[in-house]
Amino acid sequence: MIHQYRLNGYNIVLDVNSGAVHLMDNLSFDLLDMLGDPIPESCPGEVFDRFTPAYAREEVEDAFRELLALQKADQLCSSDDYNQFAKLMTPSPVKAMCLHIAHDCNLRCKYCFADTGEYMGHRELMSLEVGKAAIDYLIKYSCGRHNLEVDFFGGEPLMNFEVVKEIVRYARSLEQEHGKLFRFTITTNGLLLDDDKIDFINREMSNVVLSIDGRREVNDRVRVRVDGRGSYDSILPKFQKLVEKRRNGPYDQYYARGTFTKYNKDFAEDVLHLSDMGFDQVSVEPVVTDPAEPYALTGEDLPEVFAEYERLAKIMIERHGTPKDFNFFHFMLDLDQGPCAIKRLRGCGCGNEYVAITPSGDVYPCHQFVGHDGWKMGNVFDQSLDFDLKCKFAAATVYGKPECKNCWAKFYCSGGCNANSMQYSGDILKPYKLSCELEKKRLECAIMIKAATL
Amino acid sequence: MKHIKTINSANLKESAVKGGCGECQASCQSACKTSCTVANQKCENKNK
Repeated sequence: MIHQYRLNGYNIVLDVNSGAVHLMDNLSFDLLDMLGDPIPESCPGEVFDRFTPAYAREEVEDAFRELLALQKADQLCSSDDYNQFAKLMTPSPVKAMCLHIAHDCNLRCKYCFADTGEYMGHRELMSLEVGKAAIDYLIKYSCGRHNLEVDFFGGEPLMNFEVVKEIVRYARSLEQEHGKLFRFTITTNGLLLDDDKIDFINREMSNVVLSIDGRREVNDRVRVRVDGRGSYDSILPKFQKLVEKRRNGPYDQYYARGTFTKYNKDFAEDVLHLSDMGFDQVSVEPVVTDPAEPYALTGEDLPEVFAEYERLAKIMIERHGTPKDFNFFHFMLDLDQGPCAIKRLRGCGCGNEYVAITPSGDVYPCHQFVGHDGWKMGNVFDQSLDFDLKCKFAAATVYGKPECKNCWAKFYCSGGCNANSMQYSGDILKPYKLSCELEKKRLECAIMIKAATL
Repeated sequence: MKHIKTINSANLKESAVKGGCGECQASCQSACKTSCTVANQKCENKNK
């Protein structure tokens, strides 16, 4: 399977099964388009009818030979050998956990998938008792895995920060005994950040996600406080301070992370604003919500959003290697040393390698399943885990999803977000089309950036 | 090659044979939380 496209003056061909990316001149690109997959062993006569005399016959023959050589090297039109691995996908150890430290929030963001922190339930903070039981649960079900991840999530986790600190302390105390390395992360809206919290986060958290949507007017239209006031002026300096202090700490990873909606389809401006405010690690992502919401992105918005991704990609190319260079999460792509094909077969790992824990200790496949009936899969106190449901998620590979199996992007998105699929397509095996279209566009841009910044 | 430039040395097929150690980051933990991109994750396999 191949995917060929033109973007920003580049003729790009992705060989899906090998992962090879080729830049082609117009002749070889058009010739490949005509020949299709697989390339025949000898050049068909009609090729010369089409390409000569615009090109010399020898040139056409030369281009054909190059295409055929790549095919023989298994770097073009390469065969799909992955189904054998997909069939072997059995449940894995649990290695990552999202701890819902607070089902409460001090913001009332209009697009919040978590029901402004309540998750369709009631406002509640996680107790230390639940947090410790969750760590025990993770150690038990992680079996032989060494690297374990715990994300402090909400709601707003800073509303229950003393428990965060105690859970970190507890987990660290168990690392040596159990041969584990805990990597902590936290996702915060920043309102309650102070020096002590910043120092603790920078010392203990391998990654921190700072929620801010970009320009003041964009952020404050949706990320509002309980009394309706905006949050931008309070959070920006705190986030800047955290990032500045983080430069001297043991961990460098962080993201200034925003959401864009129908209200700011010029979201590249928000990405650039965050960059201009000193954040060199930026993620601004499309809102995921009920299409009936006024701020929801729908199919009719795609042309504008696609154009904006292209505009952002071109600006990033201009800034590449300059002091204004920055990283955009959804354009990050490692074409050489990225994840192995096994990882790519089933992606996020939710419900299998990754679970979410509610303040009451219930276990869900991921944070986005919390509050949705029928998806509870255990509890940390009785250490229960629904293995039938775990098996269902373990089998949710790109080869178990009919629409993914024949998609060129399957090894980059790995089947997309199962929670989105459940919520908007009604089945974890049916990808949400809008997300797919956005993902494919981002990948095309990301590969093009690689081509432009060699 | 005169007409074609290959810009990476990726071989996903080889990675399938040696892969699957599971020590890498769960993709949703990095920044997204509402979407899924896997190809930007780092490989942490020490035995490949």
